[in-house]
Amino acid sequence: MDTRDATIINQLQGGFPITERPYAEVAKTLEITEKELIERLENLLAEGLLSRFGPMYHAERLGGGLTLAALHVPDEGFDRVAEQVNHFPEVAHNYQREHHLNMWFVLATETAERIDEVLTEIEQKTGCRVYNVPKIEEFFVGLRFEL
Amino acid sequence: MNTVIDATDRRIIAVTQGGLPLTPRPYAIIAAQLGLDANDVMTRMQRMLDSGAIRRIGAVPNHYALGFKGNGMSVWNVPDDAIKEAGQTIGALDFVSHCYHRPRHPPTWPYNLFAMVHGRDRAEVDEKVRHIAAILGAKDRGHEVLFSTRILKKTGLRIVG
Repeated sequence: MDTRDATIINQLQGGFPITERPYAEVAKTLEITEKELIERLENLLAEGLLSRFGPMYHAERLGGGLTLAALHVPDEGFDRVAEQVNHFPEVAHNYQREHHLNMWFVLATETAERIDEVLTEIEQKTGCRVYNVPKIEEFFVGLRFEL
Repeated sequence: MNTVIDATDRRIIAVTQGGLPLTPRPYAIIAAQLGLDANDVMTRMQRMLDSGAIRRIGAVPNHYALGFKGNGMSVWNVPDDAIKEAGQTIGALDFVSHCYHRPRHPPTWPYNLFAMVHGRDRAEVDEKVRHIAAILGAKDRGHEVLFSTRILKKTGLRIVG
């Protein structure tokens, strides 16, 4: 990655145009060619420096359900429970964290009602109590990520 | 708040939630895939962007791969009547990527304000958390930072199956 890649990452975290030739438009402001911009994006994705390039949808505004939930999983059963939780296609992310509540996952469902059903199924499957912490209010979401 | 989207919008979401085509005319490619007109696709996506159904269109950086190895979920016990002001203040800090009011589960979980803090390492995150604590002052009734030790799954949100 060079300084031009860093500029692309810094400047392209939002605002990508919805026009016929959007890459050409952005390339012009970066003073590079359309072809170079596309190639650099391909490389950044291939190297895993970008996890995605495209629209970020707002699950709840589309009628879907979204929540964050945590479990306390005893050390000896941790990997087995991780597998059980990950097995649910509705589990989008799952992280091990250093805390008594040591497993934290994000659940995204096509309908809002499905959240409670999946959480109940996870409790039954794992035998662990689910601590559900859906957002009450969002103060900020985004990345002002400067390289 | 739900935005009214129809079956055609959902088809557009299904083919773009993984990313946009990296070709000179990405919206024309999507249109061709779905048997739609490119202008129709652009109009619909613009409408979803304006209504907030699309948060933004652009690059999603991978923090870990870019050298930001310290990712701490800082959680705070703030008096309920101060949560709005605290959330707005903390959410405006440039090292916080997500900031939410979430429910407590006492006694195990007394925290009601969540702020994701990013830094190059844990020491940098700890320093930023001290900065938040200083801002909150007496409104900080206790806090912790939960560092992730392992990514167990990361497929991203699949909104439409």
